[in-house]
Amino acid sequence: MARKPPRIELHTAPHAVAAQNVVVIMRNVVYALLPLLGYAVWLFGLSAFMLILVVLLSTLGTERFFNWMGKQGSTLDDWSAVITALLLALTLPPGFPLWMGVIAGITSIALGKALFGGLGFNLLNPALVGRAFVQAAFPVAITTWTPPFIVTRFTEFIPSTFTLPLMQPIDISQWLATSGIDAFTGATPLALQKFQSIATPVESLFMGSTAGSVGETSAILILLCGSYLAVRKMMNWRIPLYIFFGVVATSALLQLIDDTNPDPLFMLLSGGVMLGAVFMATDMVGSPITPRGIMIYGVLIGFLTVIIRIYGGLSEGVMYAILLGNAATPLIEMVTQPRIFGARKAPAKGGTDD
Amino acid sequence: MNWSRLFGFQGGIHPGYHKDRTSNRAVKRLPFPLRLILPLDQHIGAPALPIVRPGQEVIRGELIAKADGFVSAPIHAPATGLVKSIELKPTARGSLTNSIVIEVLRGDPQEVMISEPHDIKNMNHDELVNAIQDSGLAGLGGAAFPSHVKLKQLDSKPAELLLVNGCECEPYLTTDHRVMLEHPEDLIQGIKYAMRATGTQRAIIGIEDNKLDAVEVIRNHLQADDPIEVKTVVTRYPQGAEKLLVKSLLGREVPEGGLPLDVGVIIHNVGTLAQMGKLLPAGEGLIERVVTITGTGVDKPGNYKISLGTPIGFVLDTLGIDATKETIILGGPMMGPAVGSLEAPVTKGTSGILVFHERDFIDREHEKVYPCIKCGRCVDACPMRLNPAQLGWLAASREYQIMADEFHLNNCFECGCCSYSCPSRIPLVQYFRIAKATNREQAIKQQKLEAEAASGA
Repeated sequence: MARKPPRIELHTAPHAVAAQNVVVIMRNVVYALLPLLGYAVWLFGLSAFMLILVVLLSTLGTERFFNWMGKQGSTLDDWSAVITALLLALTLPPGFPLWMGVIAGITSIALGKALFGGLGFNLLNPALVGRAFVQAAFPVAITTWTPPFIVTRFTEFIPSTFTLPLMQPIDISQWLATSGIDAFTGATPLALQKFQSIATPVESLFMGSTAGSVGETSAILILLCGSYLAVRKMMNWRIPLYIFFGVVATSALLQLIDDTNPDPLFMLLSGGVMLGAVFMATDMVGSPITPRGIMIYGVLIGFLTVIIRIYGGLSEGVMYAILLGNAATPLIEMVTQPRIFGARKAPAKGGTDD
Repeated sequence: MNWSRLFGFQGGIHPGYHKDRTSNRAVKRLPFPLRLILPLDQHIGAPALPIVRPGQEVIRGELIAKADGFVSAPIHAPATGLVKSIELKPTARGSLTNSIVIEVLRGDPQEVMISEPHDIKNMNHDELVNAIQDSGLAGLGGAAFPSHVKLKQLDSKPAELLLVNGCECEPYLTTDHRVMLEHPEDLIQGIKYAMRATGTQRAIIGIEDNKLDAVEVIRNHLQADDPIEVKTVVTRYPQGAEKLLVKSLLGREVPEGGLPLDVGVIIHNVGTLAQMGKLLPAGEGLIERVVTITGTGVDKPGNYKISLGTPIGFVLDTLGIDATKETIILGGPMMGPAVGSLEAPVTKGTSGILVFHERDFIDREHEKVYPCIKCGRCVDACPMRLNPAQLGWLAASREYQIMADEFHLNNCFECGCCSYSCPSRIPLVQYFRIAKATNREQAIKQQKLEAEAASGA
């Protein structure tokens, strides 16, 4: 061949690759969270907006700081820290003091992610680690709720928002009274049910017009946003279904035993079950990859949620249930390795078939 | 009637198929190159032994290298010409291989002059198997395993059924499709020979449901009393992997480490059997094959009948393809190797030549590999139901032996579904190939040590 030696590109098979990469998936999760954020701002106003912004900045700043410490390039472009920030913000009460939000953001990345080695290596869901930290550190602030649709929500902040750092937030009940909210007890539907035996109508739970964390209140919106991800195959829809099953089965059983226990539908729609099941438990890093492992993981989280709610000291149990599920994941995976194609009846010596 | 839905294998992927660019183009013949390069090991097994010497004239169809033992295949001269040399030449797999180089005689009519017609009706099983070996047939689907080996009857494992693989699940390739459309008589004839050789009473042709025209053509050519059935399977890569096709059509799982024969099945590719039907009665040797030439770098894609040994550079020149700064793949984009030299020839196992612009693929050298985010897509995609993510973590820490002993590494047949679906772009299959090769080396070393110890004692 009398021509210049050509330059040929060499690759090893497979040469074809699916279009979706990590960045695309992560970015779409952020898209799916945007409606929730928008709705939260509409319900709770300026304070919710400020909280989301501050948590976002502190989380991204922490991520970047650890990149710098580890002498690696910025990992902000993989969008995973953005997801952590948004999820964290959605689980905090709307009037949560901003400085506490900063603490939550820092701990979620520092303790939940960077400590383990960054994306892909974290054992627990980083957003929930941050949430659990502030739950333990600021038990009052994190259970101080404001009702949605305060008339002045777009013109003034909830007073507790601008609490000075290292100060306890002021009591907002007086401010609430002056804002034209009379009969607000400052409790979420779950707390009302648990401590005062007051039921909340199902429609309010569906539409989210109740007190609660920034983004956990509307079941229907969460399901819609989750469906988008499920349809685009960016989320394992089996996990929320197994969790719902776990919640319904456990609460139905407990109601059979003692009929003062809340009914399954209420358990499913109240508190953080929807947000947790759809967006937190499905965090790919912390959930099992084996098909049977996913089943055990989901049902376990549903079961633990109900048990903590009914027998625990707290009114809400989703967060700890998911964290426990995350922690159990390596063990679950170990015992649920898939049965391989053509596996022989008696597993080979040293095999892990169960 | 959708058998895959009932019994089908789990996993698999749906890559872009891009078959419609070539599936309606009839097979055309490509001219002879100036020089043919015939690697002696273009089949799996022992390399053929050359029986010609440099300077010798050979006639098209003449035997030029004989089989070395049972698991080996002979090679025939694809064109009349002069043996130039027997020397090391580059091949598609990258390594230099002993090859017979033939300078093609210009102006020769290039007719096949050599044949020994077989009286197939009066042949017994062994004679038939020998005749098939003499034709030099090797799996034309890509594996190039000598065809007669699988047809040999074993008393310990009787075959009950012949499966004919017309899936062609690799994207872009349409050679099997064209062969089924254009040579159904040869195919049916070949199936009957293979059934005679193995003593099976029944044959099933499995075809993916994106080739329904082929299904119809073959059904029209079958006689009512032919013990041959045509069944469709869903289009899903890697449906054409033999263990998975057995599962899809029969619901039987070939046991770990076993062969389809362990569940009473012999499986052959449609292209191989069509060649068998054509070559066997005349006693001719395999000298050419159909190759799909396509890809984004090809303006006029098509299916071509190409003489074995034709260098890829000649094919591309003839079709006016400028291959500079391109990726050239022999076979399909999921399992085919990219060639490093335009001198590498078309061999018995070459089903396609794909030319792609550099930008069409993820540049794995430079694309950022993200950490595994445990999305589980590889687990869902693996048709062998392995745990590629787990294997990948182990590979990263070079725990190759654990991969094989505890996580069934050797069941991986490198279909590439895991690497394809990985959103972190982790080169999983590529890791597994390294792991397997290292394990093989380790095993050989171990054997040597043991042999030394035994001889020393």
